[in-house]
Amino acid sequence: MSQSLVTERIQKDIAENPVMLFMKGTAMFPQCGFSARVVQILSHMNVPFKTANVLEDPALRDGIKQFSNWPTVPQLYVQGEFIGGCDIITEMFQAGELATLFAEKGLVEPEAAPQAVSA
Amino acid sequence: MAMSAGAIESLILAAIPDARVTVEDLAGDGDHYAATVVSEQFRGLSRLKQHQLIYAALQGRMGGELHALALQTSAPE
Repeated sequence: MSQSLVTERIQKDIAENPVMLFMKGTAMFPQCGFSARVVQILSHMNVPFKTANVLEDPALRDGIKQFSNWPTVPQLYVQGEFIGGCDIITEMFQAGELATLFAEKGLVEPEAAPQAVSA
Repeated sequence: MAMSAGAIESLILAAIPDARVTVEDLAGDGDHYAATVVSEQFRGLSRLKQHQLIYAALQGRMGGELHALALQTSAPE
């Protein structure tokens, strides 16, 4: 698949899916620990999300890294915006920032969002 | 082709001279590290932008020679 086709596919995926995860493997069968952790976090937060398996398409695997200027997978996009990889999603989750983001974007019920524990 | 902790630290310091860097080898295979980087350059930047500065410092090795680098970045307190 040519670079422009890959970019078009990525833009379509992130436009059509409010929470879009480019990962190694699938939500049911993640094939990388980092991808599995992001799937676990999203599932725990009961937020609907779509996945794309970059292992099925080498052009997508490289194209997504060019697209976001981020060298690794998984990559999470929320309403078209690149949020981060495993480290950042984990940090945001632990800080309650992910719950706030999803609640602000109407992607999860506010009361379902775990409250950030203030020190 | 693995990388040494020292090589990672040098690349980061070359790009971010004021950084305080600690690199920990997670698996002993030269491929899985955790790094903590504190620099004034991070002040006001999102985590995403901070991590992108580190990846740029590693000059394309991230995801290739270096499979995993768990990053903790921040500006000095």
